[in-house]
Amino acid sequence: MQGKLYNALFASGIALILTCLMVGIKLDTEGTQLAIKGATTQQWLWIGLGIGLVFLSQIFSDQIDSAFSKVPKPQLSKLLPEEKKMSVLKPWLIALLVVVMLIWPFMVSRGSVDLATLALIYIMLGLGLNIVVGLAGLLDLGFVAFYAVGAYTYALLSEYFGMSFWACLPISAGLAALFGFVLGFPVLRLRGDYLAIVTLGFGEIIRILLNNWTAVTGGPNGISGIAKPTLFGLEFSRRAKEEGNIPFHEFFGIDYSSSYKVIFLYLIAVILTIFVIYVINRLIRMPVGRAWEALREDEIACRSLGLNRTVIKLSAFTLGASTAGFAGAFFAARQGFISPESFIFIESAIILAIVVLGGMGSQVGVILAAIIMTILPELAREFSEYRMLLFGLLMVIMMRWRPQGLVPMKRPHLELNR
Amino acid sequence: MSQLLLDVNALTMRFGGLVAVNGVNLKVKNRQIVSIIGPNGAGKTTVFNCLSGFYIPTSGSVMFKNEQIAGLKDFQISRKGLVRTFQHVRLFSNMTVVENMLVAQHRHLNTNLFSGLFKTPSYRRKEHEAMDHAAQWLEEVGLLDVANRQAGNLSYGQQRRLEIARCMVTQPELLLLDEPAAGLNPNETKELDELIIKLRDEHEISIVLIEHDMSLVMGISDHIYVIAQGTPLADGSPDEIKNNPDVIKAYLGED
Repeated sequence: MQGKLYNALFASGIALILTCLMVGIKLDTEGTQLAIKGATTQQWLWIGLGIGLVFLSQIFSDQIDSAFSKVPKPQLSKLLPEEKKMSVLKPWLIALLVVVMLIWPFMVSRGSVDLATLALIYIMLGLGLNIVVGLAGLLDLGFVAFYAVGAYTYALLSEYFGMSFWACLPISAGLAALFGFVLGFPVLRLRGDYLAIVTLGFGEIIRILLNNWTAVTGGPNGISGIAKPTLFGLEFSRRAKEEGNIPFHEFFGIDYSSSYKVIFLYLIAVILTIFVIYVINRLIRMPVGRAWEALREDEIACRSLGLNRTVIKLSAFTLGASTAGFAGAFFAARQGFISPESFIFIESAIILAIVVLGGMGSQVGVILAAIIMTILPELAREFSEYRMLLFGLLMVIMMRWRPQGLVPMKRPHLELNR
Repeated sequence: MSQLLLDVNALTMRFGGLVAVNGVNLKVKNRQIVSIIGPNGAGKTTVFNCLSGFYIPTSGSVMFKNEQIAGLKDFQISRKGLVRTFQHVRLFSNMTVVENMLVAQHRHLNTNLFSGLFKTPSYRRKEHEAMDHAAQWLEEVGLLDVANRQAGNLSYGQQRRLEIARCMVTQPELLLLDEPAAGLNPNETKELDELIIKLRDEHEISIVLIEHDMSLVMGISDHIYVIAQGTPLADGSPDEIKNNPDVIKAYLGED
């Protein structure tokens, strides 16, 4: 009991210090000078309440834990029909889902479609990192670097050589893969924490390089006016940017609407995501996927069986990176503007959070988590500055309630039919 | 006299000031079962680690099929046909039994990315062959019934046999078994005994065995090496070893 009291005092003390610094004190301009102002009485009241809550939750942590364990956990396996029925239903369900995804954007607002596109980008990134972290078990904290490589590849090729989005897409993925290969080669001897730190450093190196190589990348100003993707040469702008091009709406003789472009981008994202999902689905059933899994389970046994661990790890790293490059090229095309600001460490952290929240290695989980992680901040917009606080709270609850992730990984097992 | 499959000369392994293995010689002919025995901590497993490339020996030569393999990487050595098991079972316990067998055949499979993505005929054929090969070996060790079970859920004896089967699908010529009978009951030990003899007689491979179970060692070995404190103490046929005063002294202590 005494230990608990001590713990509670400690936790509320830390909470007090943090909230006083972040919420209790504000910098304000007073004429030409900055002045420190205390919060209003009401705010102090809230702070006091919050500290009290922290104190109580620490004191009664056991009771809260047991209450949490009583909350029914969603049993996905019970929701789904039996395995035999499932194998018949599955293609239909997937087909239905794809159809809904294709029709849905025509019925909702532009903003929602745009948000969905963003969610799809995060799905691609999450799936890519899932190969590296979830399947091969290599902790990569600099994943955003490959995303940046992909985005800048398209942006630069488009700006300097006027290359089209579709031509640049494979190049971006390839170049990101090359970067993954070059980084992976020396560092894959490292394990766990050491690997994490090196990848973290690599992520920063790429960002700083982009920031400082002003002559080519435009430095902090970034690159703007990146060409949007076209549909077989048809542009989605009001007037054709290039001579001889016809805009989409003129070609089909319909009125111009800016939402066509948004929907078109969304549809590209859907197609790219389906492609990525297909490829990764095949990969985990292929020898290389099995080798990733085996390597994660027992590296020494793998070595004794003649598996070259460097090659196998490198393949995971490279394929993960190329997925990020893919997503990056699309991101650049969608935004039309990129700068190093978009590729800061917090992005890596969010992508990693998606993988961990979703359940390491689980594809469905990662997709769900990516959707939640993109939509949640939008829903919580009214909380404005307390948004991240809410986000953190959600993470803590999630990790206590379901530490193995939303949908724990269930690998497709290969069966011997006799 | 048949040709030497493995010829180890003056193998020495030093860890800083500690000499773990000192001048060990080992000769294995084709289709032979050779045992290494010795008290705990004598350096038997270190010898295995040197042979299989997990350690790079400080000095000495390791000739396998008349080729120097000391200094090669572990996976290179195992690809040449020298495969080992471990003192503690090392299975991929979250994978099924048959998947364990497929991982072992990794380098025989079509690992080309694109043929896998598009399931080309050659890819499918290779996967089929690997499955058949796996099934054949599972039958050989009596694990066909549990082929779709998770490896971690097998009984200890089954796990031991799976580990041997997993080595065998890599098509080795020399198998190093590190205390395969440890933790087995007398019945399972007997099965293991029969399996090892079958491997030699029917599959024509050689086996080097580290084992503490003397009845097993004496019963199946063609030749025995005794190591004590890293140095070779004696070698000879089971009968010679049984009656060697030095060996008796090392095992039972001086009276």
